[in-house]
Amino acid sequence: MTDAELSDLVARSFYAVAPDIEGEPIDPNKSFRAQFEIDSMDFLNFVIGLHKATGVEILERDYPDLQTLSGAVAFLRQRLP
Amino acid sequence: MVIERKTDDTEWSPPNLVDYETVHHGFVWPTPEETFGRRADAPGCFNIAYEAADRHVAAGEGDRIALRSLASESPATTLTYARLAEDSARFANALADLGVVPGDRVFTLLGRMPALYIAALGILKRGAVFSPLFSAFGPEPIKARMQIAEAKALVTTARFFERKVKPVLADLPSLRTVVLVGGGDGGVDFDVALAGQPTTCRIAPTRADDLAIIHFTSGTTGRPKGAMHVHGAAVAHKLTAAYALDLKPDDIFWCTADPGWVTGTSYGIIAPLLIGCTIVSDEEEFDAQRWYGNLERERVTVWYTAPTAVRMLMKAGDDLPQRYDLSRLRLIASVGEPLNPQAVIWGRDVLKRPIHDNWWQTETGGIMISNFLSMPIRPGSMGRPVPGIEAAVTKREASGAVSFVEMPDEQGELALKAGWPSMFIGYLNEEERYRKCFVDSWYLTGDLVRRDADGYYWFVGRADDVIKSAGHLIGPFEVESALLEHPAVAEAGVIGIPDPVAMEVVKAFVALRSGHTPDETLRKDLLAHARKRLGPAVAPRYIEFCHSLPKTRSGKVMRRLLKARELGLPEGDTSTLEVEK
Repeated sequence: MTDAELSDLVARSFYAVAPDIEGEPIDPNKSFRAQFEIDSMDFLNFVIGLHKATGVEILERDYPDLQTLSGAVAFLRQRLP
Repeated sequence: MVIERKTDDTEWSPPNLVDYETVHHGFVWPTPEETFGRRADAPGCFNIAYEAADRHVAAGEGDRIALRSLASESPATTLTYARLAEDSARFANALADLGVVPGDRVFTLLGRMPALYIAALGILKRGAVFSPLFSAFGPEPIKARMQIAEAKALVTTARFFERKVKPVLADLPSLRTVVLVGGGDGGVDFDVALAGQPTTCRIAPTRADDLAIIHFTSGTTGRPKGAMHVHGAAVAHKLTAAYALDLKPDDIFWCTADPGWVTGTSYGIIAPLLIGCTIVSDEEEFDAQRWYGNLERERVTVWYTAPTAVRMLMKAGDDLPQRYDLSRLRLIASVGEPLNPQAVIWGRDVLKRPIHDNWWQTETGGIMISNFLSMPIRPGSMGRPVPGIEAAVTKREASGAVSFVEMPDEQGELALKAGWPSMFIGYLNEEERYRKCFVDSWYLTGDLVRRDADGYYWFVGRADDVIKSAGHLIGPFEVESALLEHPAVAEAGVIGIPDPVAMEVVKAFVALRSGHTPDETLRKDLLAHARKRLGPAVAPRYIEFCHSLPKTRSGKVMRRLLKARELGLPEGDTSTLEVEK
């Protein structure tokens, strides 16, 4: 997958958890929490969604890498075959 | 099973409560003056903010650290007791200049930042009534609460104001003053308001029975309820913190609760300041590594958190905490929903400290039942009543009276003998709802429990339909009302469904108006609608479409039946049922 495709996948997983934000631009380098109204349960569901969409195993220790759009893209790029 | 306190715990000084039986037996609540001492500056007066800050300064303890406030994008802020006393006096003066008079309701909509502590104490010093809002609320819950209390002033940030308050500002005619921490459009800059104000103020001559705080909570039906608490509640805040949390003046105390809920105020702000210890607070949300890092770096000695957080830490793995030095931790306590036995044992095995569960509610103002440090823990139990609290297991009779369940392990409604200092004195403007909470001299909690032969209480469930999610109470009516505002929705029924992390999460059953198709697009649209109005903490996580909802003959949605169906439980008596699914 290209970075653009990965970015699209991450954004879709995020919007699925917080459909109220759908369509709003995401600043790739700012944390989701700093930009939008989401709570820890949302974040957990976002991680579960990413795992389901990609099959990539995500551990709690990886969570800090997933706080931003660009971080999540970099994480997936590294882990995807 | 029972977890005994280990003998090597003698490295610490003995707990405040050594002999539970003796202290509990014959305990009489002291008066505010007996608890805190006289007010030389204002005999007969009693004000929480004075006791929380100024008294320590008067005793020569002003240089001690009251607050260590952590944030990810800026360095930690440290406030001494002297600074807290001064800044809260300046804020009280600023409120006076802004036209806030004693008795006015002043709300906060803030995260855990230094301004919150200053504002809370400043509001109380002004003699105004402090009402904190949860910052994850959307505009609707905020509007409902501020309308009920006829809010005169609000302290928030420009971001929250823009997103959550501005959309409903036209519906808040009583709101005259907005103070914005960090400045911005739409209100007075907090720093500017403080600048130039004298560092002392005339603390309002409040009495112990004067209204100090309103905490909103949710019921099964109707609007949120504003539970009213008086200044004299501080007696219970201090003593329960001393007994149940073993707090001492040299402790470093971290309460992870949000200030928008009663725990975040009673134990996140007031109790530790009354005791005179150092509060650690973190503006950031949960993150396992960050939290362990905080415990180590800040050398936290007493940690008060919630089952949802504990379960998230468990998911983060057993290796992670081994990388941190948590040896300073003397006591871990938990509140919000029952802590599962595995979590208590995980605490003992992995954090090397069992987790002490306790129980209380918005209405009780402070901890009522607790697993004390000096007592064996029964994992899964909420513990035993704190000194000064008489608890009972009751049944409501058809006549309206209550009877007492004396048999061990038999289920009933938890009742508390009325009259402890932090007991709520009413629901704002809802005398009838308040009256219904009491039978004879007992406050009926709405929680179903059982008591074992040794006097430990065990949570069984709620007697009503209120949802317990991630430590917060969510009123199904509030969620249903927001859904019904959507043009596609004809009927809505909202329940809590079990969740391994949050205990329960909100699920909505929705019947559509004709002409609307139950598809993925509409589901997302409804979720978005609810999240925008209610905020993520209150909005449903799941929506299920159905043709019609089961209702009683009088037309009330039968949430219990929805829940029974969802969980595959017996549906019980459906004789009053009108519409089948």
